[in-house]
Amino acid sequence: MRVPLSWLADHVASVPSDVDAVAEAFVRVGLEVEEIHGAGREPGTAITGPLTVGRVAEIEELTGFKKPIRYCQVEFGPGPDGAPERRGIVCGARNFAVGDLIVAALPGAVLPGPFPIAARRTYDHVSDGMIASARELGLGADHSGILVLPPGTAEPGDDALGLLGLDDPVIELAITPDRGYCFAVRGIARELAASLDTDYTDPALRVDVPEERTASWPVRIEDETGCPRYVARRVSGVDASAPTPWWMQRRLLAAGMRPISLTVDVTNFVMLDLGQPLHAFDAGRLQGEIVVRRAAPGEKLRTLDDVERTLDPDDLVITDDSGPIAIAGVMGGASTEIPAEPIGTVDVVIEAAAFQPTSIARSARRHKLPSEASKRFERAVDPRLPAVAAERAARLLAEHGGGTIEPGRTDVGSAPALPPVTMALDLPDRTAGVVYGRGATVQRLTQVGCTVEVETGADGRGAVVATPPSWRPDLDSPASLVEEVLRLEGYETIPSLLPAAPAGRGLTPAQVRTRAVSRALAEAGHIEVEPFPFVGDAVWDSLGLEAGDVRRRTVSVLNPLDADRPRLTTTLLPGLLETLVRNKARGFDDLALFHIGQVVLPHAQPVPMPDPGVTRRPSDDEIAMIKAALPAQPLHVAVVLAGDREPRGWWGRARQAGWQDAIEAGRLVGAVAGVELRVTKADLAPWHPGRCAALRVGEWPVGHAGELHPKVVEALGLPPRTCAMELDLDAIPLQDVRPVPRVSAYPPISVDVALVTADEVPAADVASALTVGGGDLLEDVRLFDVYTGDQVGEGNRSLAFSLRFRAPDRTLTNEEANAARDAAVAVATERYAAVQR
Amino acid sequence: MTTENDSDLLDPASLDAAVKAAAEAFADASDLDALATVKPAHLGDRAPLMLARRALGSLPGKERADAGKRVNAARQEAQAAFDARREVLLAERDARVLAEESVDVSLPWDRHPRGARHPITQISEQIADVFVAMGWEVAEGPEVESSWLNFDALNFGKDHPARTMQDTFYLGDSPDSGTVLRTHTSPVQIRALLERELPVYVVCPGRTFRTDELDATHTPVFHQVEGLAVDTGITMAHLKGTLDAFARAMFGADSRTRLRPSYFPFTEPSAEVDVWFPEKKGGAGWVEWGGCGMVNPNVLRACGIDPAVHSGFAFGMGLERTLQFRNGLPDMRDMVEGDVRFSRAFGV
Repeated sequence: MRVPLSWLADHVASVPSDVDAVAEAFVRVGLEVEEIHGAGREPGTAITGPLTVGRVAEIEELTGFKKPIRYCQVEFGPGPDGAPERRGIVCGARNFAVGDLIVAALPGAVLPGPFPIAARRTYDHVSDGMIASARELGLGADHSGILVLPPGTAEPGDDALGLLGLDDPVIELAITPDRGYCFAVRGIARELAASLDTDYTDPALRVDVPEERTASWPVRIEDETGCPRYVARRVSGVDASAPTPWWMQRRLLAAGMRPISLTVDVTNFVMLDLGQPLHAFDAGRLQGEIVVRRAAPGEKLRTLDDVERTLDPDDLVITDDSGPIAIAGVMGGASTEIPAEPIGTVDVVIEAAAFQPTSIARSARRHKLPSEASKRFERAVDPRLPAVAAERAARLLAEHGGGTIEPGRTDVGSAPALPPVTMALDLPDRTAGVVYGRGATVQRLTQVGCTVEVETGADGRGAVVATPPSWRPDLDSPASLVEEVLRLEGYETIPSLLPAAPAGRGLTPAQVRTRAVSRALAEAGHIEVEPFPFVGDAVWDSLGLEAGDVRRRTVSVLNPLDADRPRLTTTLLPGLLETLVRNKARGFDDLALFHIGQVVLPHAQPVPMPDPGVTRRPSDDEIAMIKAALPAQPLHVAVVLAGDREPRGWWGRARQAGWQDAIEAGRLVGAVAGVELRVTKADLAPWHPGRCAALRVGEWPVGHAGELHPKVVEALGLPPRTCAMELDLDAIPLQDVRPVPRVSAYPPISVDVALVTADEVPAADVASALTVGGGDLLEDVRLFDVYTGDQVGEGNRSLAFSLRFRAPDRTLTNEEANAARDAAVAVATERYAAVQR
Repeated sequence: MTTENDSDLLDPASLDAAVKAAAEAFADASDLDALATVKPAHLGDRAPLMLARRALGSLPGKERADAGKRVNAARQEAQAAFDARREVLLAERDARVLAEESVDVSLPWDRHPRGARHPITQISEQIADVFVAMGWEVAEGPEVESSWLNFDALNFGKDHPARTMQDTFYLGDSPDSGTVLRTHTSPVQIRALLERELPVYVVCPGRTFRTDELDATHTPVFHQVEGLAVDTGITMAHLKGTLDAFARAMFGADSRTRLRPSYFPFTEPSAEVDVWFPEKKGGAGWVEWGGCGMVNPNVLRACGIDPAVHSGFAFGMGLERTLQFRNGLPDMRDMVEGDVRFSRAFGV
């Protein structure tokens, strides 16, 4: 909402001339100032030097140029000799005639840009100034022609700066959705007056609404919920081509609206001043009774923007005998529009109605038609306004369009008063933690327009009964009254006091674990990134997921930002791999990235989402149903690696990142989580079928790691041999208390064994066999060499393990250690036909 | 060996000569090896001083005692000369070895590249720690959330224009499917109120979503932290006190907050929070930080809490925005693109 200071001054006594002080007063009571425009505040927008009203005296059409050009003689005020001063000015616009009042920037003036004006030769003539358009003066966007002032607005030679309001700063306010009444100067002026504690005159009370006994047009409301009140007033014989007076045009321009025609401008002006959206029908094109009802299925309406719209049965429409003529509160129809180029005069029916906010909101959203009217109706319009606003508009049309206000006013429906709200007298104090002065509550509530009574309740405590004014339907609860008192008393009076929270339990074990995993991965050389969760189906193909792969089952986004990525990912890998490619493109070859985040795994069959309402706590069943209807969203951790894991250096060659690093990242996560993950061979897309490991807690797989499939590498444009790990952190059980080992101080005996097994026997299994066979004396098993070659025969390999034995209560003898070693080897031999070398 | 020779060995002149010869030989030894080589000749079994000692046995009584003293003194003198020389040579050798082992310590040993954590993770943990230190707990929730928890329970009426304040990603087939990507972390507050015993003091960091195109100051995927306190006797002064403490923890002892009236469906009264930021570009000043207010009684009612008994406050801030002004990040896109240079700058 944009409002010039001069307009505020119409309703508020003693508006400060300092626009910043006005802005601060607005902010203090909760109206956010988005920007202050005009009066040369922004760099390069100032207008200086002579800007003068002139009258076009002669027009000479110049020919022979690429476009038609006019050389005009323009009269300004009396010169030194008393005769009118005349200047020749070249102009490319054609929307003016001899006798028109225009605004000229004379040599020495500087227009916004900055654009200095000087007398200069152009099109074979000396142009002694420039005739300006609205845009060139910083008065809005209109550059279709020069600015032509309505006759009688000013005299030639008058200074145009003040006349145009260019010295009148405009404050642009952001209006929160609870304050519909602030979409009008009437409302924001009231706020300003309250903030400044100064007098306010309600413009609605300045309009004299005469009593009328007859109707001006037959109107019937079929849906009283959708339309509680409908007022119609008629003005006949309006010259629709009559110019809008300059003062009104100027205010529309300042408010950010383009002057269009008298009827449109008047309805807009009244809406801006009072807050009541109006619609003007051409009475000559209305057919019979106006009926307000819901649209019938399949009904159509061509709206003012020349789009044919199919109406929804939920749309509230204004109809006549021909069918719908407007979507109520949103946009009028073309068939009853006041013609743009009227011949003669027009009879106008002014509609001023109250509509149900939610109904208008739905229609505006459904038809994607957020209009100035719908914006206001959605946030509730004062239902006491319609007759006042219609009267005001009728008078302006009569005054400036030469029309006659017809006797009679249609006023159907009603505007019931808002219910009173009772609030404990000390609630504002108890809410703020402030002891306010006596009477502050009553004073502030009265200031916002409430009718206030103080009574003593049955418990002997004081209570305030406040009846909100018709424009404040948001004042529907004690809390809403509290807010009015607090904001008008000023939030700066609220002290700063730290509450004493009860002793907390610190982070949960899961939170501690997530932090530990994040730190461990970073300390191990991985860099954390935060990719978006949006993916498209194409990525599943690139990852080589089969048609039935469960990871293809996704939750889809109805309104994605990127139409190619309408789904929520089920794995962290697509985002990580994309980030990897981006880094590679930026010249980084050696990459180790990680991400910890939720993935979204929908149910196989959709589960309906309950809506338990808000008047009470949902039942435990309802809460459980809400949770059950949501997709599973486990916390995953994933790592991708490419290039060198250890760079080359003066110490020697580089070591390329490999499947081992990916698996080790998984094992690291397991170790941090207090679990030794079991690593077993697996075959799962997008991994290389020969280089993929399942990471298991016991038998339960919690993730996978290894090198990516070469086809995936190719499809995604990844560096060769890119590796990845992903696991479900939530699937790893939390380890509350870890088992404590018995630490023996007796010396150990280490024994090495080399076991020859078939190639395909996993080393981890052989190690497990040794662990089982080694018994209680075996403290540690460590693989230190893998050998293949002639000495062990084809299809075999030799695995060299170091076994460390130790007794808890004595120094172990070599004989005991050797016996334990033999027992360990025996199990490996039994299970895997391992032969000791 | 003759007695005469033995007695020669024992005479003072011979002993002096032997000591002198030993001292000279040791002094001439230029390194430990040379010293070791000459040692047997002067302190070894066949060295004159050792032979003299052996010769003592042939001397009678008192004579033997005197000679014994002389021989011992001479021997000690020679040994001392040896020890002293050895000490010098050892020191020389150690100094030489250490000098030889000198390396270029400026050689890089970055065989194991350092990792880093995203600044959002770090600031999120920092904030959680600030509140945990005050006795609060950290609550979390899912990113795909029910509309009831994201809107209805937070006093967003079904067709209230406030719903359009937060441009929502709707999930499923229609906006009425009942699930959305949460537009704020406030649903976690509702979950906390439904699941926890009162009083509740929780802080909720998390990832949130709105349909804003990515540019220098907006991102459709961002992070928030919200706080919620519901207890008996909670006032707006407590809200102010908590925000001030939070501001000091984040921006230094001189920081504080300022409240401006505003509107949010889930709080009434509501306020915008400005924070006094001493390191603000171009000089200390107020910076818009977030929103806050007293929990709307409708929200308490939807969670089964009697607003006549309990009251509460809530606040919320954007983490990206906080980082942006605290660390002077010019472009939001750096936070989402995942360039390794960006995260790396923030360390672990």
